[in-house]
Order: sequence, then structure tokens, then C-alpha cells
Amino acid sequence: MTTAAHIRRELDAVTIRFAGDSGDGMQLAGEQFTSATAVAGNDLATLPDFPAEIRAPAGSLPGVSAFQIQFASTDIFTPGDEADVLVCMNPAALKTNLNTVRRGGTIIVNSDAFTETNLKKAGYAVSPLDDESLKEYAIHKVPIETLTIEATKGLEIPSRTAKTCKNFFALGLMYHMYQRPMEETLAFIDAKFLAKTPLIAEANKRVLNAGWNFGDTAELGSGFVVPPARISPGTYRNIRGNDALALGIVAASVRSGLPVFLGAYPITPASDVLHVLSQYKHFGVRTFQAEDEIAGVCAAIGASFGGGLGVTISSGPGIALKTEALGLAHMTELPLLVCNVQRGGPSTGLPTKTEQADLFQAIFGRNGECPIPVIAAATPADAFESVYEAARIAIKYMTPVFFLSDGYIANGSEPWKIPDPDSLPPIDVNFVKTGETVQPYERDPVTLARRWVKPGTPGLEHRIGGLEKADKTGNISYDPDNHDKMTRIRAEKVARIAQEIPPTETAGDPDGDVVVVGWGSTYGSIEAAVRAARLRGVRAAHVHLRYLNPLPSDLESVLRRFRKVLVPEINLGQLSFILRGKYLIDARGFNQVRGQPFKVAALTQAIMNLSEET
Amino acid sequence: MSDHDLPGGHDEPLPKYTKDDFTTDQDVRWCPGCGDYAVLATVQKLMAELPVRREDHVFVSGIGCSSRFPYYMNTYGFHTIHGRATAVASGLKITNPNLHVWIVTGDGDGLSIGGNHLMHLLRRNFDVTVLLFNNRIYGLTKGQYSPTSELGKRTKSTPMGSIDYPLSPLAVALGSGASFVGRSYDVDGKHLSGLIRQAWEHKGTSFIEIYQNCNIFNDGAFTSVTEKASKDAAQLRLEHGKKMLFDGGRKGIAFQEGRPVVITLGVDGTEEDVATHDAFDADISRAFALANVQVPEYPTPMGLLRAVSRPTYESLLHAQIDEAQKKKKADLHALLHGGYTWKVEDH
Repeated sequence: MTTAAHIRRELDAVTIRFAGDSGDGMQLAGEQFTSATAVAGNDLATLPDFPAEIRAPAGSLPGVSAFQIQFASTDIFTPGDEADVLVCMNPAALKTNLNTVRRGGTIIVNSDAFTETNLKKAGYAVSPLDDESLKEYAIHKVPIETLTIEATKGLEIPSRTAKTCKNFFALGLMYHMYQRPMEETLAFIDAKFLAKTPLIAEANKRVLNAGWNFGDTAELGSGFVVPPARISPGTYRNIRGNDALALGIVAASVRSGLPVFLGAYPITPASDVLHVLSQYKHFGVRTFQAEDEIAGVCAAIGASFGGGLGVTISSGPGIALKTEALGLAHMTELPLLVCNVQRGGPSTGLPTKTEQADLFQAIFGRNGECPIPVIAAATPADAFESVYEAARIAIKYMTPVFFLSDGYIANGSEPWKIPDPDSLPPIDVNFVKTGETVQPYERDPVTLARRWVKPGTPGLEHRIGGLEKADKTGNISYDPDNHDKMTRIRAEKVARIAQEIPPTETAGDPDGDVVVVGWGSTYGSIEAAVRAARLRGVRAAHVHLRYLNPLPSDLESVLRRFRKVLVPEINLGQLSFILRGKYLIDARGFNQVRGQPFKVAALTQAIMNLSEET
Repeated sequence: MSDHDLPGGHDEPLPKYTKDDFTTDQDVRWCPGCGDYAVLATVQKLMAELPVRREDHVFVSGIGCSSRFPYYMNTYGFHTIHGRATAVASGLKITNPNLHVWIVTGDGDGLSIGGNHLMHLLRRNFDVTVLLFNNRIYGLTKGQYSPTSELGKRTKSTPMGSIDYPLSPLAVALGSGASFVGRSYDVDGKHLSGLIRQAWEHKGTSFIEIYQNCNIFNDGAFTSVTEKASKDAAQLRLEHGKKMLFDGGRKGIAFQEGRPVVITLGVDGTEEDVATHDAFDADISRAFALANVQVPEYPTPMGLLRAVSRPTYESLLHAQIDEAQKKKKADLHALLHGGYTWKVEDH
């Protein structure tokens, strides 16, 4: 019996990319494909790539929105350097995404959209489907709109409405091509549309099935199989970075017993954290959409003063506005969690693109001597644990703490092994109780943290503020010696957080040619590149830093075990600058600021090149 | 999850306080002769009279001369940053609604750098009291004009006279939806104390403009309104349900076609023509008109302009939290397992 099953090819990893107009529903198609892929048991990583404009003119180049996913039968770390398959809903999407497809890759185009008008909008003089320009790719012209309308025949909906279901056709087609289960998506359609617009629900389901069936009959090289990955046992869910961040904050609230107060002003790509946390009122979470960024952080400081867990979230431009208030939180030594979901900068920059150029801002960006601990997430799922750690440090050391995420982590997703809440490190809160005699700026001898006194506690009335404090009493002091002493104490308190940091791990060789040091969302690209370089004979290791201020105390000795130090960053060399300055070590940068994650191949080459230097 | 028990709102009998209980050991650093001293004494005295435990008061301030106030109040206090006391107080009041939160600010701190936050505090209607010390000058930075300085005022930064049109703090407050708006001045302790007490009794954000003399950089800014010889003629003492009479009852304010008009009794009209002050008027127009008049054309209104009842922000927020908690259990394990999950078995 010669069925498709017999000629299916097994693949280790596949990268597919959906691209279309902002209104074509590509993000939705990508998210659904991601869920189905998680259900199929693959490891995966995603990269949503969309414009800042809500809806640029239809068919235009700036209006193109894309979603990329890599899935594999092994551990993977990135959404893929190049797409094996590009699904392309219009000429503009083809033009802007062609360079993301590997040579010889497959491109499925919605041929209905290749009209004269659309070609002109995309700047094509001649249709690329009619000339030789795509000869290096396997092109499949599919009249997706026609087939979509065909599939909805008999339902009483206008063809204009029917056409909007076309993303489900593309999705059905890809489900067939990679043999993904469709049940989750069918359930999603019912949940989203059945109650309010049953006809649309029916149309979407028919179109999804039509896409699958088209794949079955048209034999578009269909029937690839990516077997499930061997991942460690446990219960999993797929999670986006911004969701993991919100959950981490709630977990810190539950474990500390402190109510969360989130003061925030909407900003891309951080707003989702505000949206998600506002749904968790049953956990006592208070979300406050402030009138501006400054009010957001100041209200959070007020909440911490009152004995709550003050949190503020933003992105670079908003963090810039919060700067003065962060100095106040440092000076008054109140716990405060400051989350920066970084985006392309400077100024308004690239709101929807990723970048990690706010490291200097986090570490240095304040007036006066004002060190603030900095912790960064490595991946979407890691945002949970790392933001929890940031909250724990803030409370234990009575200090504002920066938590850095970025656009890639925020919107990207990956399977997450759900932790047991009881296994999370405890967060002890030790408010001063009535009857205790404590001065406002008396300190714990180990952490140097001052005690936390809630207003309303009798007998402990005191005043705090931004003016310099006298040691212990906290009264205003302009004394030169006291200022010198207090400046050093505050710095020492932050430096002592190094005692919380576990020994630095090297992934790869314990010593040798090149150690690649990274932080934040470049974790995946660096890990993949170090593995690739080692396969090519380089003695290399990957050191990933979760704690950026203070740095791990053993970091210098670890780095000195290697001949060369490479620091890849999506900035012009911020961590490398710090490592050079701090350790007098020849840390080399590998730097790109393209608004996109690193490509593994380019990074691997950089490691190879450096390893060859004497 | 349960919140840590919120302090405040105790049932134990109240200690008997005196003014001294609200005085700190810190040297007061205002210039000798500053109007702030009088306000401080009035507030300290009032605190001893209010049925509130000392530890339940929190004074929050921004930056400026008036913002040093918390250091001299033996309560909880937070001297924050320029213009942001209102924002800090918002987060504090949400976190512990049992606290009695007082915001001390000035015409620069509250209306210039912090104007935005003030507007939003007022419209949200937290149950807090704002004491805005208006001296129509920047004192701590040593003598620049402020948003309430009169046109043409010569200061260090306006050698040829100010060209900034001044705003009326009371009109700003009313326009921002403040639920309690009034005015008093530094040296009339009895009037000021009475107004602050009314503000404290009001559920919602109370806004009090306090005329305060800066004897160093803007001495005598309010002399024509406050000095003994002229104050009867220069002030319109507003009292709910009473006729708007001034100048020893010789003059009054009438509203003609919605506009306030000064009438001299027996000349332009009779006492019957004089308007009666309704401090709780649902219609804002008369209060707004009064917020925009002052000497020399009119007597300057003093007292409670308007108070209306509206739910406070913190009560609405906590009602939503209560409702959510009734509907849904706060189960962290369930939250983490939300959405679609799958199990990976041991290989």
C-alpha cells in the first residue's frame, strides 16, 4: 500500500515562518501551530516579528507581520536561523521575508494576492512568480483565498468575511505537512467564536480542514515527521515570556505573603504584564494603571513603604523616566521590583523589536552613587524563576532590583516544565513588630539590610526620604563623614548580594580556547553556537550570567581558565565593557543591533575565528 | 494567600495626645518668620484632637520648603521627590487603606512639576488630604516665579517680569474632579484648623489651598487679603447655608446670569439678592466661578468651596479584589497549571 505514511521523511528540526499582512492573522496562526507542536511533544522556540503600527496600509511593506517557529526532536535553543518553509500571504510578505528562507527551502504563496495592485505596493515590477527570481526555492502557488471562499460555500456569510478565515487554511495546510494534531485548534475556534458568532466558528473549522485536505491531495512534499523530543519528565505547558514574568511575580507574592502592587503605564512590549496581572485580583494583586511612568514607580514605592511588594514594569524609554524615583528607592532602602522588557532604542527606537542595550542604563543610569542589583532572564520560561529571584533579593536586601527581559523573551514562547510552588526558595519577610526597639537604619550584620517597618506600627513612628540619612537614626544629615560612610554602606549592601549567587557554571569544556559569556535572551543562540563550535573541534564553553550586578565572585577565575573571552550582545558592547573594566581581561565583543536574535551560524563563525587567534 | 495584617484602625482606647506628642526632636529649618511655622503648629494641635492613633498618620511630601513638613511631625512620614508625593501616597493608600494619609506640597511641587499627578490623584478620589502651601514663589531654589505668581512679577528668573499666566489652584482642583475643595491661610489658625478637620472628615480626596507667606522671597504676597485692617473687606468667608456677605455685612456676592457680582447692600440690592453658599451643590458652576475670583476685583473666597460624595478609589479597588476572591480561589498550583498542559513520562 503506497500511502503518504510510507514516504514520510523523518526530520530532526524544522523552521517554519508564517508571513502576511498585519491583518492576515499570522500571529494567531503561529501561536496555534506552536500549541499543536507542543502537544506533538517537540521542543520548540518561537519568534513573533511584527511591526509597531497596529495596522499599516494593507499590502504595504511596513505592514508585514511574521511568526517563526523551530521545532525539533532534540533540545533546541533558538527559533532557527533560516526558515525551511515560508508561508507567504501576499507579495509584500514575500519581499520582506525572502531573505529569511534557506536556499532550496519551500515557499508557499497565496497566489490570489499576487495582483497588480499588491505587486505594485510591494515594489515588484514583474511578478516574482512569473520570472526566474525564485528558481532556487521550491515554490507552491496555492490560491488560498479562492479555496477559502470555496470551503465556506453554503454558509451565509459574505465572501469578504469568509476571506478573513484564510489564515486557518494556511494553518491547516502546515498541520498536514508536519502531521500536527488539530484538536487544540478546533477547540480554540469553538471557544473564541462559537457563542457569539457560530457561523464564523463553522467557517474557520471548515477552512482549517480544507487546508489539511488540500495538503493531502496536492502532495506539497507533505508528510514530514519530526519525532517527539526526549525531554525531562514532568508536566509542561507552553509559555510566553511576559506570562512567565507575571506568574513569577504572583508566586513571589504568595510565597512572601506580601500583596503585589503593580504601578505601570502601558508601553510596548511590557504592557501584557499589566494585562495579565490585572486578571489575578483573586491573588490580592493590585494593578494601578498610572498616569505616567513616574507615577507608576512612585506609587509602587509608596506601596512598598506601606508594607506591600511594589512592582513596576516598563521598557527603556519608560525606565528612563523612572530614574529619579529609583534613586529614592535606593536611598530609602525599600524593596522594589523594576522590570524592563527591553526593546530597540535609543529614544522610541524599535518598539516591537528586541535588543539588550539597556544594561548600562540598569547598572549605571542614575545620579549619584546608586548601585542597583540587576538580574536578567535567559528564555521565556526562565522569566518565571529569574523574576522570582529578583523579588526575593529585593525583599531580603531591602533594595530596588532591576529585572531585565526583552522583546524576544516577552513574546517568544517555549515549553515550560511547571515547577512545584513549594520547591521555590522561601521568601522571608520580617516586619518590625510592636514593642521591638529598632532604629530606622539599623542593619542586619550579614546582608546590611535595614529593617522594614510598616506605618501603623505603634511606637516606631519615623520619617524617611531622599535626603542623606544619618547612620542608624535615619535623620537628615549633611555631615561629610556620614555621607561617605552611608554611600559605602549602601554600595556594600548591594555588593554582598554576590553571596546569594551560586557557583558559575560552564557549559562545555572546563577550560580551553574560548569562553563565550552572555546574558539575557542570547542564551539560546550562544548555547547552540558553542555546541556547534565544539563539534568543529574548538575547546569552548558557555557561561550564562543571570546576575549582572553584582557579578558572581568566581567569574574572573572562571574566565581566566580560557585563552579568549567572547561576549556576544545585541548592543555595541556593554557587558564586555564591564568585564574589561572590572577584570582587566581582554573580553571581545560580538555585537549586532538588528532588532533580531543572533543567527547561530554567524555566532559559531565568530567563535571559530577567535579560537584561531593566538 | 492572606495579606499580612494591615496595621491601623485599632479598637483600643485612644491615648490622650497633646501637641507635643506630634513634635519631633528635629530642628525646624524654615526661615524665621516663615508662614510654615504657623501651619505646622495648627496641624500638630489638630492632630492631638483628632480621634486617630499617632501611628496611623502618614505625612507624605515632595520637594520644596513646605515638603520638609513630615520631618517635624512625630508620625510616619515620607519626604519623597519633586512633585511625586501624590503618586507615592496613592500606592500607600491602596496598600493600607487604614492609614490617614496627608500630602503636603507647594505651588511649585504640586502645580508645576507635580501638576499631572495632582490632577489624577484628585479625579481618582483616594481618601487623603492635600495641603497645598501657596506662597506664589519658589523658596527652596531661592526666589524664582511659580505657577501662581502674578503676571509681570519680577524675580531672579524674570528680571523683566513674568509672562506666565498664573493658574488658580482651586479651579485646577475643581476641574480635576476633586471632591473637596477649600482655602485658608497660615496665620488664621482657627479657620485653618476647622477646614482641615472638615477635610479629614470628608471621605475622598480633600484639597486645601493654604495661603502662606514667604517673608524672604515674596513677603506680603497676601497682605491685602489677610491683614487685620483690610481682611473683612478682602475675604469672603464661605459657610454652608449662610449668605455670602463680607465687609462686615455691608457687601455681598450675588449671582447674576450665572456670574458672581459684588453688590453693596442698600445701594445695588438687598440681603435677599445675596447668594446663599451651598457647599454641597451637585452643580459645580458656582464653585468654579468662586475659584476664579480674588482681590482686588472681588473678595477672595476662604473656606469650603465645595464637597461632594463619590466612592473612593481604594474602596472600589478593594471591592473588585473581594469580588474576585469570592469567585475564585487563589491557588498558585492551579494558576501555574493554567491553559493546556501535557505530561512527559520517564523514558
